[in-house]
Amino acid sequence: MSDHATVPRRWIEDARQPPDLVRSAFAWLWRPINEFLEWFGELGIFVWQVMRATIRRPFEGRELIRQLDEVGSKSLPMVALAGAAIGAVLALESRHSLVQFGAKSMLPAAIVFSIIHETGPVVTGLVVSGRVGAGIGAELGSMKVTEQIDAMEASGVNVYKLLAFTRILACILMLPLLTLAADLSGIVTGWLADTLAEPISFHKFVHAGFAGASFSDFLAPTFRTAAFGLIIGVIASFQGMRSQGGTEGVGRSATSSVVLSSLFVMLADVVLMKLILVFFP
Amino acid sequence: MRHPDQAFAQMETDRGDNHATEETEPTSASPAVVLRDLHKSFDAQKVLNGLDLTVDSGQTLAVLGRSGTGKSVLLKLVIGLKKPDAGSIQIHGQEITSCDLEEMNEIRKKMGLLFQHAALYDSLTVQENIAFPLRRHTTMTASERTDRIKELLAGVGMEADLNKMPGDLSGGMQKRVGLARALALEPDILLLDEPTAGLDPITSGEIDELILKLQEERNVASIVVTHDLHSAKVIADRIVLLHQGNAVIEGTFGELEHSDDKFVREFFKRDP
Repeated sequence: MSDHATVPRRWIEDARQPPDLVRSAFAWLWRPINEFLEWFGELGIFVWQVMRATIRRPFEGRELIRQLDEVGSKSLPMVALAGAAIGAVLALESRHSLVQFGAKSMLPAAIVFSIIHETGPVVTGLVVSGRVGAGIGAELGSMKVTEQIDAMEASGVNVYKLLAFTRILACILMLPLLTLAADLSGIVTGWLADTLAEPISFHKFVHAGFAGASFSDFLAPTFRTAAFGLIIGVIASFQGMRSQGGTEGVGRSATSSVVLSSLFVMLADVVLMKLILVFFP
Repeated sequence: MRHPDQAFAQMETDRGDNHATEETEPTSASPAVVLRDLHKSFDAQKVLNGLDLTVDSGQTLAVLGRSGTGKSVLLKLVIGLKKPDAGSIQIHGQEITSCDLEEMNEIRKKMGLLFQHAALYDSLTVQENIAFPLRRHTTMTASERTDRIKELLAGVGMEADLNKMPGDLSGGMQKRVGLARALALEPDILLLDEPTAGLDPITSGEIDELILKLQEERNVASIVVTHDLHSAKVIADRIVLLHQGNAVIEGTFGELEHSDDKFVREFFKRDP
């Protein structure tokens, strides 16, 4: 006679099944991981579709120009204002510390170096991911839920090229230019804040600021914002084009476009900064 | 967790995740649309369950059925906006379930779809909405395009509203502009999702006449999803009644009207 004969069959079956608590805990843990992997998979397919669309005619020049205006000129005031604020704050904050350490003469260099290396590109990236990311996410999301994207597809138009590629390319091309604008306004307000405390000519300020800087100090950080543009364009277009669920879905797309693109811009900033330090020591 | 098709319906048009295997060369003698053993589900909800349909050139098929029986999904499957879970869809003999996006776009240029809610581009005027496919797929000059737009709008009684924005139009007017846009490229196959819903009886009659005219003059094959039995009686050569993902009955209006099937009788008990 086997040992099982003395044990009720239900007990054996229960022992083979993991307890409900364990199963629900596993499901609770697995669900976000699964959703994240699913999101990445869909993002990969989206990027592949956009890349395939890119190499085929027509090249959607009219829509690209419209998007360059939308991303570039319409973001310029906000980016310039953010750069100006950062420049002024940097000047006010740094002056106090540098005076304490007797390094007042280093103030222009500290401001210029900080702006062109880090704060200018990052502030531009974050401002654009807020303004443009939300705009793209909401616009495409709204088109998706009202079947306008379906209507475009139904009329034989490649929406990955017309809607996504043009927006992504506009972000890539415009981010470095907007960064220049942020840098310039930051340096100008940095000088203004400095000269109000202790008068110094703009020429002298700029000369002292760029004295120790090489061309690579300026070029690599500025052009890394093209990568920020790629991130903002891809994520905002993707989130918009997968929108569903009416006006609430459009809201979710806009919000997630901003949150995710800002998050990935910050992550990319760390990675790219490390790479720049390796390749342009 | 969302179903992949819901989450990403438009992004997977050229993925080979369908079960259709037959590839046939397009021929002029092939029926305009052939659907074989078509299955489509959204999560646990089965929408189409092995549907078979054939529409020949010059023929109008009206699709009837209760709300939520997959009539609009059927049109989106035919134009490749959604992928079937299984089954075959042939357009003029060409299997579309295995087409890539570029091939599908070429086929779509010969098809026109009127959406249930018109789906006009809300940032473009009426004129620009209709110009959208013309500008992309034809070599018309600006004046030829304008003439064509006016002709199309006159066909649906909207010639006075060229420069209005879609937001300024009523639902019925939007529908008529949507129909004009669907006809812009002179399609061989017309897919109409409730073309007369929300229209007054006179305009409905005009739309019916327009569909009949297209059928006679241009040999257009049409699939018309409708709840309007009168319209179905006027325009359709055949009518199919969908129920639980399949065709309950298919035939002429008269055949369906005198059917013994309880569900069909229920459906037709109100005379058009």
